[in-house]
Amino acid sequence: MKYYEGDCVIELDVNNEIRKATVRPSDVLLDVLREQFGLTGAKPGCKNGDCGTCTILMDGLPAKACLVLAVEAVGHKILTVEGLGGHTPIQEAFVQYNAFQCGYCTSGFLMVCHALAERKPNADEYEMEKWLQSNICRCTSYQEIREAVKSVLKHI
Amino acid sequence: MIANDFVYCKPGNRREAVKAYRALSKEDKKVFYYNGGSEIITMARAGSNAPDAVIDLKGIKECNKLELEEDYLVIGGAVSLNTIEESGLFPLLGTTGSRIADHTNQCRITLGGNISGTIIYKETVLPLLLTDAKIILYGPRGFRRLQFKNAFDQRIKLRDGEFIYQVKIKKEMLSLPFTHVKKTAIEKIDYPLVTVCSISYGNYLRFAFSGLCSFPFRSVEIEKILNDSQLSAEERLEKTHGLLPEPPVTDYQGTGEYRLFVFDNIIKAILERRNNEVL
Amino acid sequence: MSTTIGENIHRKEAWDKVSGNAKYTDDKPVTGYLHARILTSPHPHARIKSIDCSKASQLKGVRAIITGNDFPVLSGALLEDRPPIAKDVVRYAGEPVAVVVAATEAIALKAVRMIEVEYEPLKAVFSTGEALKKDAPLLHPDLGEYKRIQKDVQPVEYSNIASKFQIRKGNIEEGFSESYAVIERNYKLPPSDHLAMEVRAVRAEISVDGKIKIETSSQAPYTVVKQLSSCFQIPAGNIEVNVPFVGGAFGGKAPVTLEFLAYMACVKVNGAPVRLTVSREEDMATAPCRLGLEAAIKIGAKSDGTITAATFTFYLDTGAYSDISPYMSKAIAVDCTGPYNIPNLSCDSYCIYTNHTYSTSYRGFGHLCYTFCVERAMEDLAEKCGMDPVDFRKTNAIRPGDLTPNQVVSTYSNTGNPELCLEKLKTLLHWDGRRVKRIDNNRVLATGIACLWKSATPPTNAVSGSIITFNSDGSLNLNTGVVEIGSGGQTNLAQMIADRLKMDIKDIHISLAVNTRLNPEHYKTVASMTNYMAGNAVMKAANDVLEQLKTMGAQIYSCAPEEIEVADSKVFKKEQPDQYIEFKDIVSGYQTQNGTSIGEPVIAKGSFLLKGLSKLEPNTGKGRTGPAWTVGAQAVEIEFNQSDYTYKIIKAATVMDVGKVINPNGMKEIIYGGMSMGLSMSSREVYEYNKEGRLNTPNLRTYKLLHIGEEPLYQVEFVETPQTDSPFGSRSISEHGIIGIPAALGNALAAASGIPIQELPLTPEHLWRAKEGIHDSK
Repeated sequence: MKYYEGDCVIELDVNNEIRKATVRPSDVLLDVLREQFGLTGAKPGCKNGDCGTCTILMDGLPAKACLVLAVEAVGHKILTVEGLGGHTPIQEAFVQYNAFQCGYCTSGFLMVCHALAERKPNADEYEMEKWLQSNICRCTSYQEIREAVKSVLKHI
Repeated sequence: MIANDFVYCKPGNRREAVKAYRALSKEDKKVFYYNGGSEIITMARAGSNAPDAVIDLKGIKECNKLELEEDYLVIGGAVSLNTIEESGLFPLLGTTGSRIADHTNQCRITLGGNISGTIIYKETVLPLLLTDAKIILYGPRGFRRLQFKNAFDQRIKLRDGEFIYQVKIKKEMLSLPFTHVKKTAIEKIDYPLVTVCSISYGNYLRFAFSGLCSFPFRSVEIEKILNDSQLSAEERLEKTHGLLPEPPVTDYQGTGEYRLFVFDNIIKAILERRNNEVL
Repeated sequence: MSTTIGENIHRKEAWDKVSGNAKYTDDKPVTGYLHARILTSPHPHARIKSIDCSKASQLKGVRAIITGNDFPVLSGALLEDRPPIAKDVVRYAGEPVAVVVAATEAIALKAVRMIEVEYEPLKAVFSTGEALKKDAPLLHPDLGEYKRIQKDVQPVEYSNIASKFQIRKGNIEEGFSESYAVIERNYKLPPSDHLAMEVRAVRAEISVDGKIKIETSSQAPYTVVKQLSSCFQIPAGNIEVNVPFVGGAFGGKAPVTLEFLAYMACVKVNGAPVRLTVSREEDMATAPCRLGLEAAIKIGAKSDGTITAATFTFYLDTGAYSDISPYMSKAIAVDCTGPYNIPNLSCDSYCIYTNHTYSTSYRGFGHLCYTFCVERAMEDLAEKCGMDPVDFRKTNAIRPGDLTPNQVVSTYSNTGNPELCLEKLKTLLHWDGRRVKRIDNNRVLATGIACLWKSATPPTNAVSGSIITFNSDGSLNLNTGVVEIGSGGQTNLAQMIADRLKMDIKDIHISLAVNTRLNPEHYKTVASMTNYMAGNAVMKAANDVLEQLKTMGAQIYSCAPEEIEVADSKVFKKEQPDQYIEFKDIVSGYQTQNGTSIGEPVIAKGSFLLKGLSKLEPNTGKGRTGPAWTVGAQAVEIEFNQSDYTYKIIKAATVMDVGKVINPNGMKEIIYGGMSMGLSMSSREVYEYNKEGRLNTPNLRTYKLLHIGEEPLYQVEFVETPQTDSPFGSRSISEHGIIGIPAALGNALAAASGIPIQELPLTPEHLWRAKEGIHDSK
């Protein structure tokens, strides 16, 4: 049985690297990624699971890092926007289609889109919307994001 | 940032879970079983209901089970809404779950968590009430196997230290024709004003509701009225209003009277489809 | 090099933003910082009887607790009416009452929850109507004694009126006596929020010799310096403010808020670095929001649709403190008609205190609020005159020679061409005069139209500046005080320089973070004035570069500077373009083959001070508040279900007179963004308060914004009537996309439903209530 109490040292697999962190069991993954690993691409937009700015991938599925305990992430593969490398099709598409303005929601959108493109490259528009409705953008009209995502999905 | 500290443990099997519960819940300590964590983390951050310890059930193999077994579909309490939907094994539950919160959160929210949460909507309860599901609870005194409807009255009736182990649904109930309608104040990603699930079983419509009252429910009396083809749609609705278990909820999302208006529209549409023999 | 003016240029910072590299205020490492959190008031109006910090301060790791008694100062943008931490009295639920500094954020938060405050609740007011009543409780009994930063802000002593501006033009009685049709309407808009995705955050540290460093998420770094300096009597030169990327602002990050708290916290821990964060809930309830507005409108027109007279009364709900709202009451008065010629006009615009969260500038600076009212009334008047809504607006559109409400003579340059915008909108919509088309038994398609205009209301002496330096490869560094809040302002500036210097925009680098010590002052990144103010400064700097290069070139080629040409990052004699000096060989001074040095390194500057503006004449409102207007025409098309009051937004269109298209896609997308925000705001956003006067929905679980899948098709087209004193003739556009959208949506829904829409937000339940005549029992 895994048991964590007080300050604990854990190992996390983030962006294909094993990293150590000292955490409290009540620390959420978002704070550990940002404050201990300097991976600030995931943003604290609400810390309540409502806005999607902190979205990361956990074993390939999107997760809001503000609603995951850091200790829970032990043994899972975590991917953050920094782990995408900069030139995935969805990152190129976001630049091409101007799918952001202030950029604060961008990492979260990118992670959802990347997971969608990887897991469901044949996703239709309904499926795409369903995944992306997990995130909020306050600057763009969504039209730009929609075009960017469509360009990396096969059948839209 | 959760200000409080708590103990986190992740047992590998059900016995360890209960053992951990016993050990941790001494001296009035607040111990929560933990599945997807969304609600527990949210409340703990707000400081409104912070635990002293959480016991993560996702390490229990049986709680992650999702498969057809003889005459039943078995769904573990720790199975996520997204997994249920993607499996396609129980379309009504899949559809219902796919309208709870948003997709990313559906990858984390579990069946057990949704049923036993403090949130008033608990929409996954609706398909279970409609399909005569069974529920298996596990606790310090071992298993309890119950009809879901007997274990759920406004909320899940768990004994101290018990958790939702699995639910089981008869195969024949999985693919019945169904309707799922969720109406929100305006934004799609929101709590429901009213959610209605309905199945057609033996040419009889069953109904269960969430959002209308402060708990999800199925009412045999309401079903009787709604199936009474001697009555007009308006008459059926009027009688239904009198049979609600409590007055409709009024809150920031909508008033009770508006919820009733929305409810009526949903039911009318379902009955109309029924008349046109679509359902 | 061909110009990029009119080309689709990607944002300069695009790759930073898609890679997670773009750093925002709280992305800075936290190592070495103490952490601060705030305690806020649960009461909308109460006397603070006592604050007991004894338990909290005993918690291990707590370093300091600050209350309103520690720094009894007042702050404010126009009128110093706000204690950064409540002292003696709280005036809204969410007002800061204490700040805790601790070794970790968790400890700070724990301690916050251990502070015991005893309140004595006072009678509160929750509407401008209540606040104006004779026996209304006074929020600011000392109103008359507050320091006024701007002298045209004149609070009314012993009242809840923070300011009033008025317009008097022509003869109202005569005007109405000529009217054939007169309508009178009342409107009400509740407050709502900016909801930038980045929650406000700040860091502070003070060196042993008293140098203060603030890192903050702000649109107004130079104002942070000024207000800290004035509030705490610190020499401005001792304060350095740094602003990295800002994750959305929309006016909400123009006021100085958390910076005061971080500074006080920092002082209390002897200058140690302090990181202050707030939760989303605090960001919504505590930091300023968008104001509410109530309006009473009367407009009269002749039978041919010509408007003869109008009276407008606006009551702005500024909440507990005034911040910039007095100037919004001024801006609303000055632009009260919309882009129409109304010869006889009276407008009274009051800024009123209530016990709501205080308010500040919000995209459109109040214009979207009053425009909702005026354009709803215009729609009704058009109908009463039996006129097509587009033709009605065209008939009354302001034209060169007409007088604006503040009696500026309208010209194409200072106003643009609203008539042409309407004409183009007609084409874009395939307008056939039918506002409503039936789809089936239940559903109709309906179109609503609205016009917009807006001029800025900056201080009459606002400044901007620009410095240009070069790198050893000949590429250029542009340095301004413009904050990158998402509007792409810096990329537009780069396009302007590239055009002026005829160089490749790729060779222009911009400094994306603003540091008040390094970057020349730019008033604030507000009012969509980057192109105009910073643009003018940047063009001057570019001219300075040319002059320096040409002077050097003339020395090198032994000719007159006029004979020298600069293009493609090269300097050459006009008649000998094939013999050139590359920038890299000249921007640091030129060296001949035999080693002689010629000229100096090129460091260029351009500065700009607003001129020709004036305060308003108190009685008539005559005066010039901003350099120019931007006008536009907008439409929203909806599919409305008459049986259940739900609707889908199908299309939203804007034709805007942008003066000159600098970056077509970039500009369209900024306008789309404004339209989207307008649709979200008018369809669903509201600060709803419960009976106790607390915000009901202070988080994104319950306060709903538009998500993807609900957006309509967006269309934007441009009209180009140059503003002659602005670079390339371009006009301000960043905020404007939002302004007419609430009205256009309201007009569409009114047409579709027959409901006389007078309030926002337009939720299905709201429409159902209005139609069924049911009073709100929430």
